[in-house]
Amino acid sequence: MTPAFDAESYAEAMAKALELPLPPEWNAAVVAHLQATAAAAGLVLAFPLADDVEPAPVFEP
Amino acid sequence: MSSDICSLPAHAIAAAVKSRRLSAREVTEAAIARIETTDAALGAFTDKTFERALAEADSVDDAVAAGETPLLAGVPYAVKNLFDIEGVTTRAGSKINRDNPPAGDDAFLVRRMALAGGVLAGGLNMGEYAYDFTGENAHDGISRNPHDPGRMSGGSSGGSGTAVAAGMVPLSLGSDTNGSIRVPASFCGLFGLKPTYGRLSRAGTFPFCASLDHLGPLARSARDLALVLDALQGDDPDDPAQARRAPIAAMAEIDRGIDGLTIAVADDYFRESGMPEAFDAVDTIAAALGVSRTVTLPEAARARASAYVITAAEGAALHGKRIRQRARDFDPDVRDRFIAGAMIPAAWVIQAQKFRAWFHAAMLKVFREVDIILAPATPFHALRSGTKTITLDGVSMPARPNIGLYTQPVSFIGLPVVAVPVWLPNAKLPIGVQVIAPPWREDLALRVAWHLEQQGAVSAPVARMERAA
Repeated sequence: MTPAFDAESYAEAMAKALELPLPPEWNAAVVAHLQATAAAAGLVLAFPLADDVEPAPVFEP
Repeated sequence: MSSDICSLPAHAIAAAVKSRRLSAREVTEAAIARIETTDAALGAFTDKTFERALAEADSVDDAVAAGETPLLAGVPYAVKNLFDIEGVTTRAGSKINRDNPPAGDDAFLVRRMALAGGVLAGGLNMGEYAYDFTGENAHDGISRNPHDPGRMSGGSSGGSGTAVAAGMVPLSLGSDTNGSIRVPASFCGLFGLKPTYGRLSRAGTFPFCASLDHLGPLARSARDLALVLDALQGDDPDDPAQARRAPIAAMAEIDRGIDGLTIAVADDYFRESGMPEAFDAVDTIAAALGVSRTVTLPEAARARASAYVITAAEGAALHGKRIRQRARDFDPDVRDRFIAGAMIPAAWVIQAQKFRAWFHAAMLKVFREVDIILAPATPFHALRSGTKTITLDGVSMPARPNIGLYTQPVSFIGLPVVAVPVWLPNAKLPIGVQVIAPPWREDLALRVAWHLEQQGAVSAPVARMERAA
C-alpha cells in the first residue's frame, strides 16, 4: 500500500536525483500523474499474491 | 463511380480486381482522389505515398493479368505513422523522431501487405508516441471524426480511424497498447482487430510498451479483418516477442456462424462508469446473439490499474533520454506523463507484472466456461475535440487516460478482440462493443463479428461528411 505517498515531495526529490526536468510550470501536472499512478499501484499492491507467483514476462534462455 | 469504389469493403475490391471487373489502378486513383478532396478537412494523413501506390497498383494489375490471385489484390490501405515505410521518416506522432533519416525498409507487416497485393497510400496521424486515446496531435493537428468533425477520432490510431471512416481507404493498420485500435474503431464506427499478443510481428514499428504493444487492422467489414489477418501472419525472427505458433486460417472459419459458441456479457466492472450508450450497445449485441448469460472478469479494476502502472513505467523508460534532452519538444500532455513515469518505484511495476500472471490464470479459468465475452469498447460516444475532463458515475476525472478504461484490462493479458460498431436507434454517432475471445482464437471473435454484420446488427458505413465538405 502507499497510504503515505507524498507525491509532491517525491517528485521534487526524484527530479533532482534522476536529473529529470521539472520546471515549476510542469510540476502540478507531473504530481497529478504521480498521484494517479500511486492510486493505481495502491490497488495492485493491496492484492494478496503468493511469494512464488512469477512476474508475467518469463525469460526463456 | 469513384465514390462508389471508395465505399466498397476491401474484400469486394480484391474480388473485383481479381476478376478484372476493376483494375487496381482504377481503385487506387479513386482512393487518391478521395484523399485529395477530404483529407484537408479531416487530418488523417501525415505522409502520402501516391507514387508508390500507383506503382504497386500497376504491379498488381500485371500479376492478375498473369493469372495470379493475391489475397488483397489492389486494396488501398494506409498505416499509422509508427510503421516504417521505406523512404519515409517514421514520426511515431512526434516532433523529435522526424529528425531521423527515412526508413531503409518497410515494417514486416507492410512487406506482408505488399506481398498480398495491398497498395500503400501513406502514413497516418496518431497521438504522440501512442500515449493517447484522443487522436489529437500537438504537432500534426487533430485527426477528426468523419461522422462529426468537431469530435475526436479516438486514439492513438486516430488517423487510422479517420481515413477508413471517411472512405479514403477501406483498410488501415494501427497499434494497440491499451486500446488504441479499439477506441478509434468505437469512435469512428469501424471494425477493429487487436490480435492476441505475440500473434503478429512488430518489427519495423516504433514501440511504446514492449510487454503490451500489439498491431492490427481497422476496416469497414469484419470479413476484411479476417482477410488481412490471413495476409499479415508469418514468422519473423526480428520480433522476439512474436509467438512461434502456427497461423490460423481466419477466412476459412469466418462463415461458420455462432452455433456451438457460449457467449456471455461481462458484468461488474464492465457495467459501471459508462454512459448509457455504452451499455445499450452491449445489450443490443447480446439481444442480436440471443445471449442472456453474464460473466465476471475477476479483479478487472486491478487489471486495469496494473496495465496503467506498467504502461507509465515502460513508456517512460523508452523515452528517458529524450525526456532529459528534449523535454520541450514533446506534446506537453505526453511529456508530463513520461516525467512522472520515470519516477515510478520498481516494486510497483514488478507487482503489476506478478498480478498480470495471476489475472492471466484467472481468465483462462473463465474461458473454460465461455467462448466469447462481450464488453463495451468505450464508456461513451466520441467526445468533443479538446475535452479535458469527464464525469462518470458522478466522479470527475481526466478524459484522456479514462477513455480506455474498458479496453485496458483486456489487452493487459493480450486477449484477441474484435471491436464491432453499433448504431443505436436515432444515434448520430456510433459506439463500439468488444467481442473478446480466448488467447489465439481470433477466429471465434471474427465469426461472431461477421455473423452480427450479416444480421445487420453492426455496420460501418462511410461517413456522409456534409460538414467536412
